[in-house]
Amino acid sequence: MKALATRRRSRFAPTALLLLALLITGGLYAALAPSTATATASVATASDVELGMKLFQANCATCHGMNAQGSEGVPSLIGVGAAAVDFQVSTGRMPMQANGPQAPAKTPQFNEEQTAQLAAYVASLGAGPAIPTDEEIDGSQGDVANGMALFRTNCAMCHNAVGAGGALSGGKYAPALWDTSARNIYQAMLTGPQSMPVFNDNVLTAEEKRDVISYVEAQRSGSPGGADLGAIGPVSEGLWVWVVGMGLLLGCAVWIGAKSS
Amino acid sequence: MNQQNPAKGHPSQDLAAPDGQAGVPTHFTDPGHPEHQPRQSDLHPAANKRAERQVVLLFAVSVLGTIGFLVAYFAVPPGETVASMRQSNLLLGLGLFLGMFGIGAAVVHWAKSLMNSEEKAEDRHTLRSSDETRAAAVEMLREGAQDSAIGRRGVLKGAMVSALLLAPLTVVVPLVGNVGEDWDVSKFKSTMWRKGMKLTIDPSGRPIKASDLTIGSVFHVIPEGLEDTEHPLDEKAKAVVLLIRLDPRDLTEAEDRKGWSYDGIVAYSKICTHVGCPVALYEQQTHHLLCPCHQSTFDVADGAKVLFGPAKRPLPQLPIEVDDEGYLIAQSDFTEPVGPSFWERLK
Repeated sequence: MKALATRRRSRFAPTALLLLALLITGGLYAALAPSTATATASVATASDVELGMKLFQANCATCHGMNAQGSEGVPSLIGVGAAAVDFQVSTGRMPMQANGPQAPAKTPQFNEEQTAQLAAYVASLGAGPAIPTDEEIDGSQGDVANGMALFRTNCAMCHNAVGAGGALSGGKYAPALWDTSARNIYQAMLTGPQSMPVFNDNVLTAEEKRDVISYVEAQRSGSPGGADLGAIGPVSEGLWVWVVGMGLLLGCAVWIGAKSS
Repeated sequence: MNQQNPAKGHPSQDLAAPDGQAGVPTHFTDPGHPEHQPRQSDLHPAANKRAERQVVLLFAVSVLGTIGFLVAYFAVPPGETVASMRQSNLLLGLGLFLGMFGIGAAVVHWAKSLMNSEEKAEDRHTLRSSDETRAAAVEMLREGAQDSAIGRRGVLKGAMVSALLLAPLTVVVPLVGNVGEDWDVSKFKSTMWRKGMKLTIDPSGRPIKASDLTIGSVFHVIPEGLEDTEHPLDEKAKAVVLLIRLDPRDLTEAEDRKGWSYDGIVAYSKICTHVGCPVALYEQQTHHLLCPCHQSTFDVADGAKVLFGPAKRPLPQLPIEVDDEGYLIAQSDFTEPVGPSFWERLK
């Protein structure tokens, strides 16, 4: 005990104590905190709707109105369905951080449980598209070739032939699809968020939507030819050829022509 | 300035030849080669040895690259997956690059640092041949012309000229024929759309009911029976249509086109009136339709009139209606030629 008492005055003691305290707090939190990762797409209960309404009134009602009726320049959410809410909130697009031509994807503000509650509340306001099932969004069951034909006709003009995204007018853009989850791809087709048109089940049936997901996912393993430079076409490829490629050729020509010292 | 300060002298006076006028010399003399500068490898045996080792190293890089290529060819086959193909291509390419570049760099370095660096000049000889050669050539031509009697045998001369003039036609006629192939431009004035023809989904060919469209949805449309035509791609290139449902309150319609839409559903040609790209980037909030090629922007809510870009005319509208079963059908063909302008467009 005496040895401990003398070390108490060491100049490292406060740091050591602080680290110990942090470790204990973190360990206890990890052990006791409720796990949020296990939230499942269970059937919405009345309490979900109730909690969702509270979340909505605290976070969304400023723009969308106390009863989600919308206002000038802000869409009504009655009848948009759970799929639209899940897409917008789980990708962080809503709540919007600032006014602009487009609401960008960002770190989501709500966890899965809160998102599900918000979706349950909005779904209770009017009938709309529901969140797709795991079966519907399983790209491994889709037909990649048919997905390509559909993607080429319906999606490629904005999202690029392999889903690398592209520009629209007035600062708007079609986002890249490299990291978009299958569920979000499906929901975007179903609900037509922001500038995107709606691809309801009559335009693209549920199976066709799954084919599109297969195609998008198949593009993520890259190009067999080598580096695709972002797959955005002549800008990155031209930069590479003109600056790096021709720069190397010029360097070689100068070296060959220069006198040896 | 110089004239006001004669003490400084005129700079060009130094260069002027004695008989030059206004300070311009009559000729410049050849300055010759710059003085020869010996290289490090000429002066120091150690530097010479080092340059030699560098050349050997570059050849060794080439040898290693070639061996690497052969190893990669047998050991890393392209396989079936994208990742394995990419790996195979990368290794083969690197091996090929090192194998070839090593040789080139080694040879150039060898020549530059080890071979002698004395400057040499090789003067051009005069272009004019000697007088004897020129006289002999003229004599040969004269003898040839006299021998062939081209001046007297008129029929022979005519036959030769005819053959020479006609022979190029074997090249020219197929060339012009292939370029034109079909000079009938009237087919650009109409498409395969007819009264009562169903609007179907591209590419599946499913017919579309008016009730299938929710507000903000877009259908890429081909005419019914497109695949049964003789040249489906030629027909598709003219007949593709974009079908959009708007809130009828957002829609502005010209008086003579009131009957062309159905409950907010409008159909417009997908072929840009600028140079014919498929106009398909539809922003459902602004009702703007963008062409991906040159950013022409059309307002779908107002007769597809041009808002921006190089297109000069609105997209042609396809008049549509609904049949007894609720399917969308065309009322007629487009009332004007689709796509870019051409001379005979409105004749």
